[in-house]
Amino acid sequence: MSTVTHAPAVPRSNALKRFFTAREIPVAGALIALILVTYIINPRFLSPQSTKDLMLNATIMVILAVAQALVIITRNVDLSVGAILGLVAFGTGTVFDMFPTIPLVLVFVIGMIFGGLLGSINGMLVTSAKVPALVITLGTLYIFRGVLSSWAGSKQFFSGDNPKAFGNLSVDTLIGIPIITIIAVVITVAVAMFMSSVRSGRDLYAIGSEPDAARLFGIPVGGRVLSAFIACGALTGLAGVLYASRYNSVGALTGSGIELDVVAAVVVGGVAIFGGSGTVAGAAIGAVLLSTITGALTATRVDKFWQQAIVGVLILAAIIIDRVVSLRRARKLRVNEAKDV
Amino acid sequence: MATAAETAPASHAARTPALSLRGASKTFGPVIALADGTIEILPGEIHALVGENGAGKSTLVKILAGVHSPDGGEFLVEGKPAHFRNVSESKAAGISVIYQEPTLFPDLTVAENIFIGRQPKGRAGLISRGEMRRRAAELFTTLGVPIDPDRIADGLSIADQQIIEIAKAISLDANVLVMDEPTAALSGVEVERLFTVARALREKGAGILFISHRFEEVFGLSDRITVMRDGRYIQVHNTAEVTVPAIVKEMVGRELGDLFPKQDAEIGDVVLKVDGLNSIGTFTGIDFEIRAGEIVALSGLVGAGRTEVARAVFGIDPYDSGSVSIGGAALKAHSPRDAIAAGIGFVPEDRRKQGLVLDLSVARNVTLTLRHSLARFGIISGRRERAAAEDWSQRLQVKTGSQELPVSTLSGGNQQKVVLAKWLATDPKLLIVDEPTRGIDVGTKAEVHRLISDLAGRGIAILMISSELPEVLGMADRVLVMHEGRITAELSRADATAERVMQAATGSREALHLDLTDEELSTELEAGK
Repeated sequence: MSTVTHAPAVPRSNALKRFFTAREIPVAGALIALILVTYIINPRFLSPQSTKDLMLNATIMVILAVAQALVIITRNVDLSVGAILGLVAFGTGTVFDMFPTIPLVLVFVIGMIFGGLLGSINGMLVTSAKVPALVITLGTLYIFRGVLSSWAGSKQFFSGDNPKAFGNLSVDTLIGIPIITIIAVVITVAVAMFMSSVRSGRDLYAIGSEPDAARLFGIPVGGRVLSAFIACGALTGLAGVLYASRYNSVGALTGSGIELDVVAAVVVGGVAIFGGSGTVAGAAIGAVLLSTITGALTATRVDKFWQQAIVGVLILAAIIIDRVVSLRRARKLRVNEAKDV
Repeated sequence: MATAAETAPASHAARTPALSLRGASKTFGPVIALADGTIEILPGEIHALVGENGAGKSTLVKILAGVHSPDGGEFLVEGKPAHFRNVSESKAAGISVIYQEPTLFPDLTVAENIFIGRQPKGRAGLISRGEMRRRAAELFTTLGVPIDPDRIADGLSIADQQIIEIAKAISLDANVLVMDEPTAALSGVEVERLFTVARALREKGAGILFISHRFEEVFGLSDRITVMRDGRYIQVHNTAEVTVPAIVKEMVGRELGDLFPKQDAEIGDVVLKVDGLNSIGTFTGIDFEIRAGEIVALSGLVGAGRTEVARAVFGIDPYDSGSVSIGGAALKAHSPRDAIAAGIGFVPEDRRKQGLVLDLSVARNVTLTLRHSLARFGIISGRRERAAAEDWSQRLQVKTGSQELPVSTLSGGNQQKVVLAKWLATDPKLLIVDEPTRGIDVGTKAEVHRLISDLAGRGIAILMISSELPEVLGMADRVLVMHEGRITAELSRADATAERVMQAATGSREALHLDLTDEELSTELEAGK
């Protein structure tokens, strides 16, 4: 009866250790290394203007990655985000065209509701059809893109068509940080808080980790997954509005192919592709890393041709590091427990 | 353990049942899962539910849990009609269920697994992880198990998973606690501790429904026993007034002979030789041999390293030193392929995850290990596959409507037979069976035992890991007992008694320190810690 006397010691969480074993650390490390190396090769890489450009380029990807992470954590994926972004961006141009004096806040609200509606279509199909989200959203990707093509035709909206105040969101800064970047940071922090410390956020992890167990446990799986898709759509809609502010023109092709970049950013950021683990902060860092690589390669005069290959290597590296870390952790647990008994 | 319950219920009529189900039925398409589900659980009683697999126990549990809604019948909770549409509603009514298969979230921490959906809140309505961790640690202290609340659930042993399920159920503070075979993966000490907790809950006035295939537990713990057969309620008894044979007779509707029929087999040459096997942190100095026709049981508490030894022998896990040989030829470490080629078959503990491909047909599962011999020019002929599967299913009496049905539709016992068939088709020299009858009902259990005994009779060497003492004592020619990663006793069939095995398994003084006085023993133990 050796275990009778063995009261379990209450383990204290070691905040510092926890910090360094977090899955985000390797990605953040890679980002810092990338910036430092590029800066050493070309100091102009961190000039004020260049820094601002880096942040602006990362902003939209960060929001898209945070949105996508919500869905991927539930063991789903939304591949239609590129088309949603395009629809909302073009819609934003249309709204300004029709109501040039509309308050900016209202434009954001409309964009998020539009995105949320599109997301809810994905969510309802996924939760009711019981077909993998990969297939469903691949379908809606083409449908949404088709709708955008016939709506936009050859029409394009240019930044000059929009109110000046709207374009300025991507120009003006607050303590050196562009307004839209601040919006992205605020959203990342808010979603991260939700995912780590609100019960329904934790439910999303549970669902992604083991959907059957979640059902047996009484977690409303369908409702939560639907909400994740709606949230993803709404945040993607927000990114679409910001896209219209940031870039010179929006049209039928806006956002084409961006969905794979987004999924790549999320995976590089340490979110497991089969759900259940990873954080939105990690996804955001992954997005910054991928968008910074482009800038870094330009600054170091590396052929742009290599950019995609490097992103591919990063995805594989992220997965391998993750796997090695979890194997090592499992072995350590085994040895520790053997000592404990 | 086998004594009657300490407190027999005084008067049942006087109290409002915590839960009462009468004549509940449930059909799935043409299949009648439950024809007459009837059970009454009083506050402050432990009520056992027994019946063979397929008797409808799990369906009844799922009705109580709100997973299924009954097609007919009456369901009262605290005297009021209940119509649960989902699990949350049954939980809200104070019913908490421990399911047969652990249902954890592998990516979440142990503490979060216990409290998911009702995590303690701290500042600003946000989850307080510190408080959650503290409460989880408290639960583990009550249960007396050293599990770190902060570790993620992935990689926990089945026993630890089951303990977390129990902690989860207890933490709900339910009026009715339903335990569907909670002890299937637990052994000795852990079962005893679970029972202590169950009795404490009974004292507090909770009603407990306890489902188990182990009679000594049913009789040791329960106040009343309800028997089910073929989806129907048969009878309810006061535990003190009934005997095991009477219950078994009601369960199977026929008399059962010897539950563990090990036939004498001719013992041949050494088949498996394990020499000085070490794996740091898991097991040390493992030496043993198994001869043809011999059944050797590997006994011990859950976590003693039995499964790990078996996995190392079969080449699933690497080991740090030592050797494994079959018929004198050394096996390559860490290569199941080599082990299979040398003639080892492995029937794992967790057959649903490791033993079967649940979505594939019965035929495919049986012939999985035969792919090469069934193929011509690398292409498997469907006809030959079916023929081979048919042949083996018949020999093992697998009960299935069709060879083409997914194996997930079979009962636990029949699934186990499919796993056995899969390995027997390879004509193994050594068969490793890990908990061969876990979660299998009495009737099929005896069939599985008879099968294993038959195999030994045909000259196959068998290594059987089992946490059920009667199974170990009834089946094994030799018993090896493990404790904390070492073999602490080797007992012949004649010497093996429940007491000796348990002593060696718990590492208690009688087995390990026969010659020490109390003082010497305590110094010894101090030094060891």
